Amino acid sequence: MTTTLSVENLRVSIPLSAGVLHAVRGISFEVARGETLCLVGESGCGKSLTSLALMNLLPSRAKREADRISFDGADLLKLGERGMAKVRGNTMAMIFQEPMTSLNPAYTIGNQLEEGIRLHKNVSAKEARERAIYLLEKVGITAAASRLGQYPHQLSGGLRQRVMIAMALMCGPDLLICDEPTTALDVTIQAQILHLIKDLQREFDMAVILITHDLGVVARVADRVAVMYAGEIIESGVVGEIFSRPTHPYTQGLMNCIPVPGKTRQGERLGTIPGIVPSMIGEMTGCAFANRCAYAQDICLQPLTTHDIVPGHAVRCARAEEVLALTAGSNQAGTIQSGSPA
Amino acid sequence: MTTTPILEARDLFCTFQVRQGMFQPKRPLHAVNGVSLSIEKGGVLGLVGESGCGKSTVARMLLGLQEPTSGTLAIDGQPLEEIGRKQLAKRVQPIFQDPYSSLNPRKTIGNIITLPLYIHSIGDKADWRRKVEDIMDLCGLPKRAYDMYPSQLSGGQRQRVAIARALVMRPEIVICDEPTSALDVSVQAQILNLLLDLQKELGLTYVLISHNLAVVELIATKVAVMYLGRIVEEAEGQAFFAKQRHPYSEALLASVLTPQAGLGVPDAQLGTTFPNPIDPPPGCVFHPRCVHAGAVCKTTAPKTIRDGRGLVECHLYDDAVTV
Ligand SMILES: Nc1ncnc2c1ncn2[C@@H]1O[C@H](COP(=O)(O)OP(=O)(O)OP(=O)(O)O)[C@@H](O)[C@H]1O
Ligand SMILES: Nc1ncnc2c1ncn2[C@@H]1O[C@H](COP(=O)(O)OP(=O)(O)OP(=O)(O)O)[C@@H](O)[C@H]1O
Ligand code: SF4
Ligand SMILES: [Mg+2]
Ligand SMILES: [Mg+2]
Repeated sequence: MTTTLSVENLRVSIPLSAGVLHAVRGISFEVARGETLCLVGESGCGKSLTSLALMNLLPSRAKREADRISFDGADLLKLGERGMAKVRGNTMAMIFQEPMTSLNPAYTIGNQLEEGIRLHKNVSAKEARERAIYLLEKVGITAAASRLGQYPHQLSGGLRQRVMIAMALMCGPDLLICDEPTTALDVTIQAQILHLIKDLQREFDMAVILITHDLGVVARVADRVAVMYAGEIIESGVVGEIFSRPTHPYTQGLMNCIPVPGKTRQGERLGTIPGIVPSMIGEMTGCAFANRCAYAQDICLQPLTTHDIVPGHAVRCARAEEVLALTAGSNQAGTIQSGSPA
Repeated sequence: MTTTPILEARDLFCTFQVRQGMFQPKRPLHAVNGVSLSIEKGGVLGLVGESGCGKSTVARMLLGLQEPTSGTLAIDGQPLEEIGRKQLAKRVQPIFQDPYSSLNPRKTIGNIITLPLYIHSIGDKADWRRKVEDIMDLCGLPKRAYDMYPSQLSGGQRQRVAIARALVMRPEIVICDEPTSALDVSVQAQILNLLLDLQKELGLTYVLISHNLAVVELIATKVAVMYLGRIVEEAEGQAFFAKQRHPYSEALLASVLTPQAGLGVPDAQLGTTFPNPIDPPPGCVFHPRCVHAGAVCKTTAPKTIRDGRGLVECHLYDDAVTV
């Protein structure tokens, strides 16, 4: 597999009246062609800002820094806004968290689908139109040609999300970033959309970054997982490893607090994560989770590093090995096991 | 032993007149198309189904916020019309989805929770503060939150305020419409634990609407599945999650993504032909998407079959019909 995107030590900070908010604090990750990386974590942990930083679409006050962001062999940090405009919507495409806000209500579906490809590729109006119809059919929209003249408000939520996916695929991107693509949808439509993303990924050999806080989605679509907490990646690895051996106390906490279909009994109490996320204003040393962690000791307040507990399974916890030893067997996340491929 | 259900709905219909295009005449949309429900005291009815199938409309009718086009509703055997609006609000309270917009940003938490007592002029004014503090405590809100504003609280705390406001009147029935879907999973866990505790302590009866079937499995004692305005299956929670009868219920459960790595995304085989509620398909309204559909399904609507397990509306379960 060839690495499409490689990010080293990405930081995003936003100056606020109360101080500087370090919303993304030195994260590194890679994705290869044909691979799906899931970014998981709770509201405000920096998932959306990470993806906006890749697209260079951060709010104007926000500052992006990194040691390296290389995409398709090019260094995105050296690419100016003109260079980025050639990448965005072309080789790197994004499905945003709110489809309603990213479709323009004043233009037809056809206009919006065709605009990007006319801009980036040397294609005729007829070719653009044919590609739009082809992709609308691909995303499972029937009578595609007749949809081109419709406006966004005339479509249901599920259809609008499909149009967004078709739009992101118009130029045949190498990397597709999906920010919570199914959060607002019901389960049957969610399954359809995820299926679709997987099929299209295979067909176009795309790298996919999928952002979500739904662990069910992660388990089913990820090849690799990165768990974020307070702007840092606190655990990452291949999906089977993360679900069979969640190690960071925060990851374990997350897995314990979701009701698992078929495994929870009526009236059973769920696990919780006591306490709240620390303020991300100003510098932080030591583990960001320490104030909520049942395993915290003095060592957790010292500067800490991310290290592999087995090759490819990295954990940012000063006591990772001990935590793992303490929870193995009685595996806290015992209700969640990896299944064998269907 | 038969007891009077605490909440009973019979043949509820709710029809809206809607326009499909700017210049088109209005046409009827049967959002709720003959729904009957009954809940025992202390039970939890989970109401599930596709977006737009009429769940919230049912909830609004149960709350007296939406007049049914026809049908009857009764609480403890007493018809809703006889109960009167204020009395109804005392006995049935809602908890809605959005903890951000449902609280008045200019009022303190104490004020927000006291308001229902004020409106209904319940008890002694001197008692209000204690009543409010009791319910805040029960809902896991710190005393200092009394003088705080909604913007100073986290999403989970705001949802606790919404729950406290609903419970301060000591209602018997609480209608929860997607009570945790706007919340993070760790906050969701706290709120679900709270709902379960309160149910046990106060003997509450819940109607729970949720797209998250694991949440329904955890909380509900009985499940009703809606499709295009009708209940197509009803059963005890445990029996339902062990096995579904209606093909739509099967598809719904098949679409649930359990957190098991490596299983991939299931294909519920529902197809992409979404029904238009203004022009519902003939016969069984589910037939264009049903993998089991036969000739009879295209022409004849299935009967409602009630048996020991509950209810199902599908020709497959009608002995008199061959599909
Ligand atoms: N324009 C902005 N100005 C100030 N703070 C911001 C801005 N955008 C984001 N933030 C803050 O940065 C942090 C990370 O935000 P981000 O949107 O990346 O979170 P997220 O992980 O995507 O959360 P969610 O799951 O809620 O979408 C949050 O604390 C947020 O409040
Ligand atoms: N006031 C109204 N006027 C016209 N149509 C309405 C009105 N309220 C609801 N509807 C329609 O009635 C149907 C049922 O809506 P309802 O909100 O009850 O669905 P729901 O099952 O709660 O969906 P969701 O899961 O998306 O919340 C939908 O087709 C909706 O568009
Ligand atoms: S570093 Fe310490 S505080 Fe942080 S998760 Fe590990 S054990 Fe807990
Ligand atoms: Mg986000
Ligand atoms: Mg609703």
